[in-house]
Amino acid sequence: MNAIADEDKDAGRFQSSWYAIQECVRSALSSIRAHGLRSSLTMLGIVIGVASVICVIALVQGLSESISSQLQGLGGSTLTLRSYTPFEDQLRGKHNRLRLQDLDELRHRIDGISNITPIVFAGGGMNSQVRYGANTATGQMFGTTANYQDVQKIFPRSGRFLTDSDDASRRRVVVLGEKMRRDLKLPENPAGEFVQIGSEWFKVVGVLEPRGEMFGMSQDNYLLMPFQTALVVNGVVMQPDLWITFSVNDLEEMENTKLRVAMLMRQLHQIRDKQPDDFVVEASDMIAKTFKQISTTITLVVAGIVSISLLVGGVGIMNIMLVSVTERTREIGIAKALGARRQYVLMQFLIEAMVLAVIGGLIGIVLGFGLSYGIAQSIPDFPSPSVPWWAVLGACAFSGLIGVIFGILPASKAANLAPIDALRYE
Amino acid sequence: MIHLQGIGKTYRLGETEFAALTDVDLTVERNEFVALTGASGSGKSTLMNILGCLDSPTAGTYSLDGEAVAGLDEDQLARVRNRKIGFIFQNFYLMPRVSALDNVAQPLIYRGVSPAVRRERAREALTRVGLAERTHHKPNELSGGQRQRVAIARALVGRPELLLADEPTGNLDSRTAKEIMALLADLHRDGVTLMIVTHDPGIASHCHRVVRLHDGRIAEDFTQSPRPVDLTEQHTPVHA
Repeated sequence: MNAIADEDKDAGRFQSSWYAIQECVRSALSSIRAHGLRSSLTMLGIVIGVASVICVIALVQGLSESISSQLQGLGGSTLTLRSYTPFEDQLRGKHNRLRLQDLDELRHRIDGISNITPIVFAGGGMNSQVRYGANTATGQMFGTTANYQDVQKIFPRSGRFLTDSDDASRRRVVVLGEKMRRDLKLPENPAGEFVQIGSEWFKVVGVLEPRGEMFGMSQDNYLLMPFQTALVVNGVVMQPDLWITFSVNDLEEMENTKLRVAMLMRQLHQIRDKQPDDFVVEASDMIAKTFKQISTTITLVVAGIVSISLLVGGVGIMNIMLVSVTERTREIGIAKALGARRQYVLMQFLIEAMVLAVIGGLIGIVLGFGLSYGIAQSIPDFPSPSVPWWAVLGACAFSGLIGVIFGILPASKAANLAPIDALRYE
Repeated sequence: MIHLQGIGKTYRLGETEFAALTDVDLTVERNEFVALTGASGSGKSTLMNILGCLDSPTAGTYSLDGEAVAGLDEDQLARVRNRKIGFIFQNFYLMPRVSALDNVAQPLIYRGVSPAVRRERAREALTRVGLAERTHHKPNELSGGQRQRVAIARALVGRPELLLADEPTGNLDSRTAKEIMALLADLHRDGVTLMIVTHDPGIASHCHRVVRLHDGRIAEDFTQSPRPVDLTEQHTPVHA
């Protein structure tokens, strides 16, 4: 009876710690349950904090996902070549351009590319108003070739697209975006109608399928005409600046092709070694990628700001844990008399603070989900929210961390109580 | 087994020093049944705290079961308390929210014993004190005597070298007090080393050896033939 049982010594360190943690969680749950109302009020701070973080992330992510998916239409094997002017130069009124000669050289001197599609902006060079009868509309106008529809994955809803022969014979034909058709009050199938741009008349041959809205702005307020037509109409005023998109036949050659195009352009533009490029060659999904980056940054910044409210929740936990330590001084004394070490008491109260915070966090996640769906539903046309897994994990981890940080003070207060004083505490 | 030599304890209250214990020498062998008595303020509680490794003496040496205890740090003392000492308190000091079984199993948590083994040993200990039927009751569902039995089971569960009881019957009616004393005497017959701190000569009369403290010094230390606990006798507590 008097011998210290040997089996105790055999219990492995790891095993013992595991049992101890189990016991701490159990005791934490029972203590939280014993003070139901108080615990739930304490959690409220964390619940609200986590709920708002999750809600904000869900809404921003939902929005950005819906935008990204619209940007995704651009093919992965497509490169865009366009001019680039540094901002300071723009202020000085200097504008770098891609010229028709660049297009020709690209066509003839680069292998392994196809679907070479030039785009020229027509709006700037002339009055960008379109008129049909008494109705006028303004929007983006550009000239391009038949390949455009394959590269941009935009097809006519009714009528036809521009053809190579339109381009070759510089026909005065246009294809309209859906919004522009509506603004001009053209019939549902407007093929055969004539619209006036500046002083020129154009025949409408087709309407493009709608692309929807982004940031509340219509993406269908535009008009396409054959590339050569645009140059004729446009050329009088100024030298055109081209965008050239093209597909790389072999995806593996993507980077090499990019390099070759860049070298060709530097040569054509007579750029010396130390000078920077006056053009950009970029993958078309670049926009999507850049956007994704921006949206992630926005999400993190907003979530960071909102998570400051979590600190308030943490202070609430610290407050209640301090009260709890005082209330349970006797209990701590008993535990110490029975042989609980400082470390164990510290762990017990830390775990209790953590459990409080994590339960609050879980409730907050559910609440945040619900809240974001509610908000998304009540705003018309708002994309449905999406909560990424990292936000859920992050919210859990962060509330746990809050528990630990704000639990340290009360827990070390408990751990440092002298057993004899704690036992005598009334 | 217990060897105290020149133990002193002084408290400092601002400018004034107060000696609670002065030069206490005490040796207790295995399986002794000792009453530590004295008036309130005589230093018996201080001595009990030192014996129980809850407090450190300011002078002297203390060896428990061959281990020098006086110079140990707090965590080492916790380990000694956990493995070598079983406490029984006047106010029972049970955890209010957990069952009798979990209360009894509590010291084993700090030893890293698995839950299954803990429960098994706690059940054995509760059976030993005659509470096998009450394992799932919470302290507030038990009578005072039953609570003290739970506390005794908790003291026994770690199979300690020494049982330290601080006024174990102080909060009980005389009938229940006698039952508890009978149980303690019974444990002593099983080979447990027992020290009871009490100011009640009636309780002390059941012990084999009486150590009386006065003004922080040992005034008397004698062995006696203990009066058997008679459960039928009408007991009237005498206050010193």
